[in-house]
Amino acid sequence: MSMIKSIFILLLCQLAGEALRAVSHIQVPGPVIGMVLLAAFYILRRREPSPALQRASDGLLSWLGLLFVPAGVGIVANLALLRSAWLPISVALIGSTFLTLVATAWIMHRFGPRASMQDEGL
Amino acid sequence: MNWSTLPHTLSPGIVPLFAIVLTLGAYLFGVEVQKRLPNPLANPVVIAIVIVGVTLHFLHLSYQDYFTGAQFIYFLLGPATVALAIPMVRALEHMRRGFWPMISALLAGSLIGLLSGYAIVRLLGGSQAVALSMAPKSLTTPIAIAVSASIGGIPSLSAVLAILGGILVAVSIDPVLRWLKIDEPSAKGLAAGTAGSGLGASRVIPQHTLSAAFAGVAIGANGILTAVLAPILVPLLKHW
Repeated sequence: MSMIKSIFILLLCQLAGEALRAVSHIQVPGPVIGMVLLAAFYILRRREPSPALQRASDGLLSWLGLLFVPAGVGIVANLALLRSAWLPISVALIGSTFLTLVATAWIMHRFGPRASMQDEGL
Repeated sequence: MNWSTLPHTLSPGIVPLFAIVLTLGAYLFGVEVQKRLPNPLANPVVIAIVIVGVTLHFLHLSYQDYFTGAQFIYFLLGPATVALAIPMVRALEHMRRGFWPMISALLAGSLIGLLSGYAIVRLLGGSQAVALSMAPKSLTTPIAIAVSASIGGIPSLSAVLAILGGILVAVSIDPVLRWLKIDEPSAKGLAAGTAGSGLGASRVIPQHTLSAAFAGVAIGANGILTAVLAPILVPLLKHW
C-alpha cells in the first residue's frame, strides 16, 4: 500500500506541475515544477518524507541513467545534424562543458560547507 | 531464416515488449561492464545506447517501433525528476549553511555554460544559428529546446547537444573532479547538474544523498536561470 501511495504522490506532483505550466505558460517542464512543489511541501510543513517515499525515490534515482536510454537512442538517429559544422560543435561542446563543470565544482568546493559523517549514499 | 523480419512475424504486442527487454538487458550489461572495467568510458548509458542502436539497425526496426515499448521507461523520467525533491528536503540544513556559495557557483556555471558555448562556436567559424543552438546545451532537454527556439537557435540541434553534453558529463565528472582533487559530494552534484542536467548527474546521484540534492537544485535552477538570462544576454552577443 505504501508503495502505491509513494507512486501516487510523485505522479500527483508531476500532474500538478504540468497543470501549473499549462495555465501560467512558464517555460519550465512539469516534472521540474513538481519537484519544487514536493520540496516546498515538506520544507513549509517542517516534516520528513515517510520512509516509504524515501525508498521509492531512492529506487527511481539509483537507476536514473537507464531512464535516459530511450532519448539517447533517438539522438543517435539525429547525429547527421552535427555534420554541417562538426569541428566548432565538438570543440565548443567539450570545452564549454569542461569550463562549466570546473567553475561550478571549484566555487562550491572552495566556499561551501563540508559534508558531515552522518550523510550517506542513496 | 531471415532474422530481420522476425520481430514483425510474431504477435504484434511483441515489439514493445522486445524494446523494453532490450533496453533493460543492454543497461544491465553496461552495469556489469562498468563493474569489471574501471574506465569512465565504460558508462552503462553509453553502452546501452550503442547496443540498442546497433540491434535496431540489424533488425530493421525504426525508432518509432522501438519507442512503442521504450516510452514506458522514458515515462519514468517524470516521477524520477519529482523524486529529486526527497534528497533536497533531507539536505536542507546543509543547503542553508552553503546557500551563498551555492548561488554563486550556480550563477557562474550558468553564465559560463551559456556564453562559452556560444563564443567557442563563433571563434571557430561556426554560424550564428549553430552558436545559438549551443548556448542552452547544459539545460534539461525540454528547457534547452524551448530556450533554443526563443533565441533563434535550431531546437532539434539543441536537443542533440543537450543529450551529448549530458553523456559527456556522466563520463567525465569522476576523472575531472579527481584531477581537481574535489570529492565534496555537494560540489559534485551541483557541477554535474549545472553542466549536464539529469543525464550528466545520473552518474553522481546514486553516490550520495547530498550529490542527489544539489543535482536536483542545479537542474531546476540552471533551467530557470538560463531561460530568464538567455533572452537578455543573447541580443548583446549577436553584435559580435
